[in-house]
Amino acid sequence: MNQIAPNSYRTGPDEKGLFGIYGGRFVAETLMPLILDLQKAYDEAKADPTFQAELDGFLEHYVGRPSPLYFAERLTEHLGGAKIYFKREDLNHTGAHKINNVMGQILLARRMGKTRIIAETGAGQHGVATATACARFGLKCIVYMGEVDIERQKPNVFRMKLLGAEVVPALSGSRTLKDALNEALRDWVANVEDTFYCIGTVAGPHPYPEMVRDFQCIIGNETKKQMHRHEGRLPDSLIAAIGGGSNAMGLFHPFLDDASVEIIGVEAAGSGVDTGKHAASITGGRPGILHGNRTYILMDDDGQITEAHSISAGLDYPGIGPEHAWLNDTKRVSYVSATDKEALEAFQLCCQLEGIIPALEPSHALAHAMKLAPTKPKDHLMVICMSGRGDKDIFTVADHLGVKL
Amino acid sequence: MTTRIDQRFADLKKEGRAALVTFVTAGDPDYATSLEIIKGLPKAGADIIEFGMPFTDPMADGPAIQEAGLRALHAGQTLIKTLDLVRDFRKSDDRTPVVLMGYYNPIYIHGVERFLKDAKAAGVDGLIIVDLPPEEDDELCLPAIKAGLNFIRLATPTTDDKRAPTVLRNTSGFVYYVSVLGITGTKAPDLKSVEQNVTRLKGHTKLPIAVGFGVKTAEQARSIAKSADGVVVGSALVNAVKTSLKAGKATPETAKAVHRLVSEIAQGVRS
Ligand SMILES: Cc1ncc(COP(=O)(O)O)c(C=O)c1O
Repeated sequence: MNQIAPNSYRTGPDEKGLFGIYGGRFVAETLMPLILDLQKAYDEAKADPTFQAELDGFLEHYVGRPSPLYFAERLTEHLGGAKIYFKREDLNHTGAHKINNVMGQILLARRMGKTRIIAETGAGQHGVATATACARFGLKCIVYMGEVDIERQKPNVFRMKLLGAEVVPALSGSRTLKDALNEALRDWVANVEDTFYCIGTVAGPHPYPEMVRDFQCIIGNETKKQMHRHEGRLPDSLIAAIGGGSNAMGLFHPFLDDASVEIIGVEAAGSGVDTGKHAASITGGRPGILHGNRTYILMDDDGQITEAHSISAGLDYPGIGPEHAWLNDTKRVSYVSATDKEALEAFQLCCQLEGIIPALEPSHALAHAMKLAPTKPKDHLMVICMSGRGDKDIFTVADHLGVKL
Repeated sequence: MTTRIDQRFADLKKEGRAALVTFVTAGDPDYATSLEIIKGLPKAGADIIEFGMPFTDPMADGPAIQEAGLRALHAGQTLIKTLDLVRDFRKSDDRTPVVLMGYYNPIYIHGVERFLKDAKAAGVDGLIIVDLPPEEDDELCLPAIKAGLNFIRLATPTTDDKRAPTVLRNTSGFVYYVSVLGITGTKAPDLKSVEQNVTRLKGHTKLPIAVGFGVKTAEQARSIAKSADGVVVGSALVNAVKTSLKAGKATPETAKAVHRLVSEIAQGVRS
């Protein structure tokens, strides 16, 4: 695709919700008025200092922000190249970056007078974050989750139930994250009056990709300040794992116009991109329309969506946020992939060297860092988004290591 | 330009009755049975045929149509084969309007211009694409109108008087009023609210208005036909396909079961 580099990579989307050709509002007519309402409410909230102040208060006192930017000294030594920092989103309340976005959307839902919250979840982290915020504000919470994911993320299913949420299994299609999203959209169509759909990543129809990005940008904004404090300058590279792409977009966006910063998104290659069993939408997919937006999607030649495969439930999605699709085409961000096996190795290395049990999702970012860091000089500053902690994944990991719990 | 759809509604207006619009999924449960089903629909009483293009992720459809789509896909149905079915149907019927209903991605992947040319050549008269609201008219709606196809839009209970003009602006053929808040085939329509909304929409458009989502019986069809220009039946027919199957495969009963139900409901519409 022949595109001229824009003056700024941070101005999107346009008024139609487009990033280049990606994004948009491909939804059923029933939802259209709701999406327009949401956009209006979000624009008003964004311009209202009291909304931001309320959100900042909850992020500090409830979520526990700012999250540390931690120098991973032993991993750095072990890899023998770049100086590696972890942005510790795993230390947030509920154990992942998902809560940043959820706090924003739930405060917005309250502002809009909505009383019933629905969400989709893959790994369960977004579901847990949503259930948590709903408990905190006394809102009804329904979480859609693929039947396959319910099985492999049992601890999170139980957490959601403890928090008072109803977990509804998505039984259609591949019974993973994409089907949970379909079910949530179907619920929304049927419950337009009182329901707010809290999407967990930078996907869906406009304004979700923009709104979720804005709420996650706190990751990158903090990183910028913290790196200045630690090192007195910008980092040289940023690496984050990509499911729908919200932790990655949150880290990347504040740095997009800093040309010296190399930015890398890591998709899940499952058993390997050439095996067909993977979740790498950019590497192995093509532009199409799903879940309200145009973006890179895994599909067959008839335009039927194919199933994604990843050891990590949070990355097991056949699409990617539309802004990432655009950043790929403009070449501002490079998109690579890591296999299940590589992620598992990185997972174990991180446990052993840093005393941090990472989630399987950021283990994909770690896996790429393990390849890249040794090729960089010692003064190269590399930031990895440690998007969540791995407690939820110990059953899956044990299973793959042949250990019976 | 007058399409088969315009002609059909004009004819029925002279007869003084509403149209029965029947939805079945293309290729469900297999190509040959699907062809047998649509070939028999006009004789059973269908005035307009809506043909669902199967998609893996039909976000506005309930379980019945989701399953029908998956049955068709498993039997090898593709967009190209759906156009083949229309072409085969046209060999023996050049009058009954055929409307393709589905989601945008398979069309986008086929290529919009190529799709419009192929659909027109196969004998398709109109399109209903669920995930293309007026905000995305440049994608397919405007090119379709240029290619001589009707672009039929869904109006819903959330389409208030402020939004109606936007929804109706580039709509042609007829307006499809979605009678329930929700997905296909789950809730039963509230007949009183349907009547009010049809009357309200008629204040915005001269186009015929067909009502669907959740119509299952001749009785419902009869009362909707009093205020609307057409009644759409879908999930009920798709369910008739499903219950006729043995081990997931078509039986000699499959097409007959659909035709029988269509005849029944047609009597409701005509009485
Ligand atoms: C810890 C963690 N990281 C990453 C992801 C992937 O989502 P995203 O790409 O939107 O950050 C998930 C999703 O569940 C997650 O739980």
